[in-house]
Amino acid sequence: MRLMLMILLICSASLAEAERIIHKEKSLYRNIEVKESNNRRCLVFAMRGGDRNQSCMSLSDPDRVVFPYARMTFAGLLLNPEPRSILIFGLGGGTLPMVLSALFPEATVDVVEIDEAVLRVAKQYFNFVESEKVKVFVQDARVYTKRAAIRKQKYDLVILDAFTGDYIPEHLMTVEFLQEVQSIMSNGGVVVANTFSTSKLYHHESVTYQTVFGDFFNFKSPGTGNRVIVTTGNPLPSKLVIQSRANRLSGKMTKYNVAIEDFPRNMKRGKDWNENLRPLTDQYSPANLLQGD
Amino acid sequence: MPKTINPLVFTLAFVSGFIIMAIELLGGRILAPYFGSSIYVWGSIISVFMLSLSTGYLIGGRLSLIRPDLARYGCFFIFAAFTLLPAVLFGNGMMDAVFLRIEDPRYGSLVASTFLFFLPVAILGMIAPYSVRLLVESSHRSGQVAGGLYFISTLGSALGTLMTSFYFVLWFEVNQIFLTMAATLIAAGTISILYNKFMVP
Repeated sequence: MRLMLMILLICSASLAEAERIIHKEKSLYRNIEVKESNNRRCLVFAMRGGDRNQSCMSLSDPDRVVFPYARMTFAGLLLNPEPRSILIFGLGGGTLPMVLSALFPEATVDVVEIDEAVLRVAKQYFNFVESEKVKVFVQDARVYTKRAAIRKQKYDLVILDAFTGDYIPEHLMTVEFLQEVQSIMSNGGVVVANTFSTSKLYHHESVTYQTVFGDFFNFKSPGTGNRVIVTTGNPLPSKLVIQSRANRLSGKMTKYNVAIEDFPRNMKRGKDWNENLRPLTDQYSPANLLQGD
Repeated sequence: MPKTINPLVFTLAFVSGFIIMAIELLGGRILAPYFGSSIYVWGSIISVFMLSLSTGYLIGGRLSLIRPDLARYGCFFIFAAFTLLPAVLFGNGMMDAVFLRIEDPRYGSLVASTFLFFLPVAILGMIAPYSVRLLVESSHRSGQVAGGLYFISTLGSALGTLMTSFYFVLWFEVNQIFLTMAATLIAAGTISILYNKFMVP
């Protein structure tokens, strides 16, 4: 017993030693920390009862996409392999816009991030750079979408990745919001949404996406609690088509540690959720209460 | 005014306190699709509520000088109910219009929450000073009466906030909650008017 305690103490001490906080700030929305440990630098939204890593970068190989869910997001390319205009909600460390812009130098990448501090941190600590093609709008995603619809803007690829420390904000999970997103998608445009799959909300969220987009690819990776929804306004391509696209893209993606050729296997079309639940709407969206169940 | 009206006035003050905060909390929900859920949206809502309540206190106090009775008191509740309805019926149309005209979501949310909530909340604000007038019998007890009323209506506010954020949004749609609150106000007003007609000599 005493021995075990000692081992525990030594382990936790060495863990604490290994992790270094290199930046800390209180933004308008949350507490932001940048931590380093084991060759990784992570953007953390600090919360009591567990910090949430938003984005991590490998220090020795910054091109590597570290998080499985971030890698899964590239499944959108299997539905539209050559996006010319990309919209991303939620900047995090800026991994997705940087990789997408490197993959498609001709494409415009618009990023919407509500928190100015996150943008500052991404630039300072995560090599994020704004450019002619990559632009960040410090704004609420819902407001941006409505304005983009009025401007009649269209995007080939829309990635929904707006997370607070807790989960996705409630007004970014409703039928009405997704309809607004749909209205700014080009013909053949693709939407990719990063969600969790571990609570009752999973079912409500699935029904909500189904209501707006119809069938979608339900993409889960073994060993993660993430689920990525991938869909388009057009009928979904066959498994054969996405597998051949994946094989073609796989060379380009190796550098980023994205094994895209393995994705189609886990992109399921079956419905493993309770279809009788009601979709989330602006009128009914207790999303973050359901998440607790 | 007979002592028997005390429980009635206290109950009605509780109801108005409850509903004021339930509306305020749902205000955030109603504005979010148009103006986001940033801190300034809450800033707009809270400012508008404070401004309309203060206006209501002033007018309610003024009106209490002219032959105060439970019938007029009941009318406040009924007026408040009807001024709450446009938020349900035309809320989205109105916010569409504001969204198109005002680019800055700070001022957009300020204008929208003024249109949506100023009138009903001001009328609900009139209830507080008017209640004091209905209950006060002598000037030396006036502080105690006012204290009791603040206590009960603020307790209502606390409960309205809690119930709405913890449970109502989980059980009902926003519009259902609004319509139920309007119905409750109409019922409260009607009871007050009927009481005045049949029970007060």
